Amino acid sequence: MNYNWDWNIFFKSTGIGNEIYLDWYITGLGWTLALALAAWLVALLLGGLLGVMRTLPNKWLSGIATCYVELFRNVPLLVQLFIWYFVVPDYLPESVQIWFKQDLNPAVSAYISVVVCLGLFTAARVCEQVRTGIQALPKGQSNAAQAVGFTVAQSYRYVLLPQAFRVVIPPLTSEFLNVFKNSSVASLIGLMEILAQAKQTAEFSANIFEAFTLATLIYFTLNMSIMKVMSIVEKRVRIPGLMVEGGK
Amino acid sequence: MIKLINVHKWFKDLHVLNGVNLNVNQGEVVVVCGPSGSGKSTLIRTINQLETISEGEIWVDGKSVTDPKTDLNLLRAEVGFVFQHFNLYPHLSVLDNITLSPIRVKKMDKAAADKLAVELLERVGLAHKKDAFPAQLSGGQQQRVAIARGLAMQPKVMLFDEPTSALDPEMVGEVLQVMRDLAKSGMTMMCVTHEMGFARDVADYVVFVDQGQIVEQATPEAFFGNPQHERAKQFLGQLRAH
Repeated sequence: MNYNWDWNIFFKSTGIGNEIYLDWYITGLGWTLALALAAWLVALLLGGLLGVMRTLPNKWLSGIATCYVELFRNVPLLVQLFIWYFVVPDYLPESVQIWFKQDLNPAVSAYISVVVCLGLFTAARVCEQVRTGIQALPKGQSNAAQAVGFTVAQSYRYVLLPQAFRVVIPPLTSEFLNVFKNSSVASLIGLMEILAQAKQTAEFSANIFEAFTLATLIYFTLNMSIMKVMSIVEKRVRIPGLMVEGGK
Repeated sequence: MIKLINVHKWFKDLHVLNGVNLNVNQGEVVVVCGPSGSGKSTLIRTINQLETISEGEIWVDGKSVTDPKTDLNLLRAEVGFVFQHFNLYPHLSVLDNITLSPIRVKKMDKAAADKLAVELLERVGLAHKKDAFPAQLSGGQQQRVAIARGLAMQPKVMLFDEPTSALDPEMVGEVLQVMRDLAKSGMTMMCVTHEMGFARDVADYVVFVDQGQIVEQATPEAFFGNPQHERAKQFLGQLRAH
């Protein structure tokens, strides 16, 4: 294969202003972080709430949460994104529609769509993790909480959730990593996050391999760092004397 | 203090409690025994409504447990419950296990709750373990903490559901000792247990349950010395055979 590797490409001018290609990647990293963190916040709050709802005795509340999960888990992420970006805005009230489509910077409206889409999609997955985390706790724990006169809310707050939270850290970490990886769908509606920047670099410079290698490395480093941080968190909150959660 | 009137409970087709009537007066210690599957655990769990009942009435301290208008949480706060498997909160220290409900349910301030917890830990002989976590304690120690946790709510009644059944034999004694002391202090107690020595020494009377019914109710002397019911005789015979 005749290919001229050129790792210096990232420090060369893009021909637009006085930008070098590396600047594009830095902008891209900024968008990826902004997307993933905001979507994760949505997913964690909503998913946590839905996960608790699924474990409640109230049939309506758990039913609503179950429907949510089935809906968002069984439709491909990309389809959901196109719905949020291309379809949903047309059904908004007219003033909001004009604001979303015309007043907003196109990057910002794409950003909002992806955050909503990815946040709601991931919430369904977080919900399932939280639900199993709560259900994995011994039945005696909720009994003990009831027996001292805790309300349902107090049982969750002081007894069940602090334990479930520790159980679900590892699966939630992998959901968190998924959010970063899934944020690359934003490139398909023109948001210039890492993948979009890599594609653009490949097209501008013709150094396809370098362009995608750097994108790969950025995703990889990002996710490895998150895993490291989360394993530190996991150790920090580990319960003294208990190697593995659960048991009794 | 505790009154059960014609209590029935069905699990689907299974008639677990079949017309139970029982009266426990203030300061009395009642031991409930019976073969496995007789409904004795279900019986004690209905008193603070960890199990609902299908029919009948249950009264605790003059309040109806089964009346939907009763604030169940308020009532449960006055009834201590000790489980077979301790059910301490594994994520909290021994001290926090004991102070959690006084602080959150009774709105006691932290300093007072800590002081009370330390007093109770001294009473069960575990003051030196206040900063340990449940998983660092032996079963007997965990159960003593669980009793202290129950007492921290200053309950009017203490219920024990097979408190020594999950323990290694050498730890049974330390838990029973705590329960004996508690009985001596005048606490109203109802206790599902197979510890017949405990029943003999401490109980005001023994209730024998079989197939969801109280088939015999007698003082320990009468029950152990001269059981009336055929099933009770069998049961005691089997216990002695060991």
